[in-house]
Amino acid sequence: MIRVIALREFRSLLSMPSTWFVLAAIQFIFAWFFLARLDAFLEIQPQLAQIANAPGVTASIAAPLFNVIALLLMMLIPMFTMRLIAEERRNQTLALLLSSPLSSAQIVLGKFLGLMMFLALLIVTAPLMLYTLQLGTPLDHGLLWSNVIGLFMLTCCYASLGLYISSLTAQPIIAAIGALAALLGLWLADISSNSAETPWHQFSPLFHFQNFNYGLMDSGDAAYFILFSTVFLLLTMKRLNNNRIYG
Amino acid sequence: MPNATPDITLTARKLKRSFGNQTVIHDVSLQLKRGEVLGLLGHNGAGKSTTMQMLTGCITPDSGTIEVCGIDLVKQPTLAKAHLGYLPETPPLYRELRVNDYLIFAARLRGMSAKDVPEALALTMQRCGLNDKRNQLIGTLSKGYQQRVGIAQAIIHQPAVVILDEPTVGLDPTQIREIRTLIRELGNQHSVILSTHLLGEVESICDRVEIMQQGKLIYGDTSARMQRYGQVSGFTISFRNPPALSILQGVSGVSRIEQVNANQFRILHSAEQNPSAELLTLAAQYDWQLEQLTPLQTRLEDVFVQITDEQNAGVQP
Repeated sequence: MIRVIALREFRSLLSMPSTWFVLAAIQFIFAWFFLARLDAFLEIQPQLAQIANAPGVTASIAAPLFNVIALLLMMLIPMFTMRLIAEERRNQTLALLLSSPLSSAQIVLGKFLGLMMFLALLIVTAPLMLYTLQLGTPLDHGLLWSNVIGLFMLTCCYASLGLYISSLTAQPIIAAIGALAALLGLWLADISSNSAETPWHQFSPLFHFQNFNYGLMDSGDAAYFILFSTVFLLLTMKRLNNNRIYG
Repeated sequence: MPNATPDITLTARKLKRSFGNQTVIHDVSLQLKRGEVLGLLGHNGAGKSTTMQMLTGCITPDSGTIEVCGIDLVKQPTLAKAHLGYLPETPPLYRELRVNDYLIFAARLRGMSAKDVPEALALTMQRCGLNDKRNQLIGTLSKGYQQRVGIAQAIIHQPAVVILDEPTVGLDPTQIREIRTLIRELGNQHSVILSTHLLGEVESICDRVEIMQQGKLIYGDTSARMQRYGQVSGFTISFRNPPALSILQGVSGVSRIEQVNANQFRILHSAEQNPSAELLTLAAQYDWQLEQLTPLQTRLEDVFVQITDEQNAGVQP
């Protein structure tokens, strides 16, 4: 049942022209940044060759690229999550889901997985692009995959927060702005506090991505990502249940 | 498997529901038998849609119980909802999907197994007249076809109870007739509840009527009996060369007379004495040139107004 909803969500996403437009635009930005980093790396390569233990090609191209993607996704994902429930409510298609023999959990997980299928497709283009470097040089697979896994978990966080905010309103635009504001707020709380010890850093998903970005897979960070996503998915299920009670 | 469904398909007892401080549904109880079409009649804002949303589990009642095929809708929602098909006021259509894909999605969502879907799909397409639109995007269909797709999603899984909220709103007369025929057909195998504010709709397709006003059911009976309710005896008569009103008034048996226009009169008479025969003789005698004589038909509308007025006045019908 979850699969049925997820596939419908995925199919609806792919049938909208705006999705393809955003996909193309984001791909262009990824590629642009990738080539810019590659260019910079080639320029400083002779100097790097003289240093002992110099950063390799993966650390100087892949890591910054993933960092930029993580930031871009923060602004982009609200555009995709806004429709999930808010639009169903506005078009009154939510009644179909609510009157079907489904639990709220199935509806929420279906929608979440449908979107994640699409976002995974979007993310996976980055390592594909990076693997083209392997034609000329060996890559640090550990660092690369730590980034991919981190990015995927980060995306789960963004998507679950966006899904929750989408369940609060009947206006997709408000859902998009709300999710963007929440994500930016978390990010700003992180970067604007200077001292290393303040707990503000701990709230930000992007802060927890940093370790993955350096190639360090910390179970604490992974636990944060899982907890963050779970909490917002549960809140969304709760909200859908309240929808039946309060109308 | 019509034998597996019990004779009473839907029971609702003492439903209550309020939004904030405003109670919109008071003590609504309904019962529906298999093969019955029930019309829920009422003005806008009477609580028809809210009642239907409760019956389909889209919102939960504050108190009261709903049973679908003997299964409690509040306690075992997923089991009970498998026997329900629902068309809300606005058909719940994903405009970006094709008709085919959308109906397959609806069927799977209602818990049909993948191997049963093609057969159900073909049958439903044929019943709703959607065969030549199967590959069209729903967003590009006309309103009438969208409404049909809406009905198709409600019946594709062969539910015991089909709930249709104003199914003919916004359709042209031909489409209305087709949809009514379809609903009548559905009534033979499923139980159907439909809400409407069109009295003709109740007259033509419903077996039973419940009238709703301000969140209460104020009248319930078979639609045939309802038509008999508040029966009047009378006719309209028109002459090319009409006599004075007072002459007609004088004919024995005429209890009330109204002049509709220069040539036409509406005559009410007592049930025992029908003055039409005498009028015909007089017309021939004095050359009034009778054009037509039509018995007055009780319109459901009159009945409806009468019942709601009586309710407002606090008189029991």
